[in-house]
Amino acid sequence: MNTTVVNTGTEGKQWGGGNEPLKSSYGKMMMWFFIVSDALTFSGFLAAYGFSRFKFIDSWPIADEVFTHVPFLHGQELPMIYVAFMTFVLIMSSVTMVLAVDAGHHMKKAKVTFYMFLTIIGGLIFVGSQAWEWATFIQGDYGAIQTKGGNILQFGEYKTVNGEEVFKRVALADFVTAEQKMRTEHENKNGLWFVGESSLPTYTVDEVLKGLKSHSNVLVRTQIINEEGHKTVLSREESIKQIANNGKAVVEGANLQVNEYGSPLFADFFFFITGFHGFHVFSGVVLNIIIFFNVILGTYERRGSYEMVEKVGLYWHFVDLVWVFVFTFFYLV
Amino acid sequence: MADAHKLEIFKGLIKFKSNTQKIWGVLILLSIITAVEVVLGIYKPDALMTSVLGMKLLNWIFIILTIVKAYYITWDFMHMRDEAPGLRRAVVWTAIFLICYLVFILLVEGGYVESVYASGYIKRDF
Repeated sequence: MNTTVVNTGTEGKQWGGGNEPLKSSYGKMMMWFFIVSDALTFSGFLAAYGFSRFKFIDSWPIADEVFTHVPFLHGQELPMIYVAFMTFVLIMSSVTMVLAVDAGHHMKKAKVTFYMFLTIIGGLIFVGSQAWEWATFIQGDYGAIQTKGGNILQFGEYKTVNGEEVFKRVALADFVTAEQKMRTEHENKNGLWFVGESSLPTYTVDEVLKGLKSHSNVLVRTQIINEEGHKTVLSREESIKQIANNGKAVVEGANLQVNEYGSPLFADFFFFITGFHGFHVFSGVVLNIIIFFNVILGTYERRGSYEMVEKVGLYWHFVDLVWVFVFTFFYLV
Repeated sequence: MADAHKLEIFKGLIKFKSNTQKIWGVLILLSIITAVEVVLGIYKPDALMTSVLGMKLLNWIFIILTIVKAYYITWDFMHMRDEAPGLRRAVVWTAIFLICYLVFILLVEGGYVESVYASGYIKRDF
């Protein structure tokens, strides 16, 4: 005699089990779950960025002055043009992805293959652009002085452009002369093997001070934002006094410790958030390549459904969605 | 599946004949929004620099346009428009609630720390 109940008498009824109230397959639902949790991770990072920015609201770097470069156009100040291009590339690759999904619904293998290919190319262009953006940011362009308190002092001069007095940045190389130095870079082969240091800056603070004294047009700009939304420019006497009394180190470019554009936190968050996003794009490209080859091999044709393309598409669109927010909060606001 | 797409945006103001056509339509919309953002970001019109609710009007415009873009990416590219209401609400409202909560807490705290540096007795820069 059976001791377990096999039939409950509710088969076919609403509460009999086996319902799919969300009308979605297991795989798709799990992708949505992952996207929600990943969205929360990214918003955690962006909210932390907002926290630090609100904390130093009166001295935060102005993104327009930081990201002004476009490949092959040296020396021109074109704020945001390249990031806008990157955004467009990512949106475009989202479009080819959704076209691939659509072609999958109609079981058109050749079209899915073609659109997946375009999506992968778009993703690669984006990752490459981001690498270039990082390299430019790390290299820096003008150079600056860090004070004992950890603030950044930048240099510039007033120029007349179209009849208006405009403050233009001046690079250290334009007014400072490097001299013979006693201090050489300490390499770990010369002493204790575990003690080394990163490459020394081109100039010393004393050389910068000398250069500043001999160029009467050069002024110091602090990080403090005034009422008009510009960084405060010091007078000539105050400029020399600041460098002489508070100057501690010459900063060229940006890394996790110092940042010639302003608060080191800005560089930290830039590397962390765009890096984490770039890693998502990279893994998205890898997933897309795997699916691309599966499409070519006819895996989904045999399976009778291109749902896998749809699932990886969800992830790809999510990466685009995150970039839209990173673009706004890092480059626009 | 293929014929289950809802082919209208703006509450039926613009209707598309096929899903492919809708995708291109949404692309044009997103491109226009991005172009507007970039132009506003480069020229920064003085009229939009007034402060509204503790933030510049321009920044509010950027954030609203971003949310509009996010809406169309989720609804049309990720096919949220075609999902069951239960799934849509579970995903969207969970995320919106938690993100708003987190952002509110952290921004208020950040503003408070700033006020301590600005007017309190704690000095950071020597």
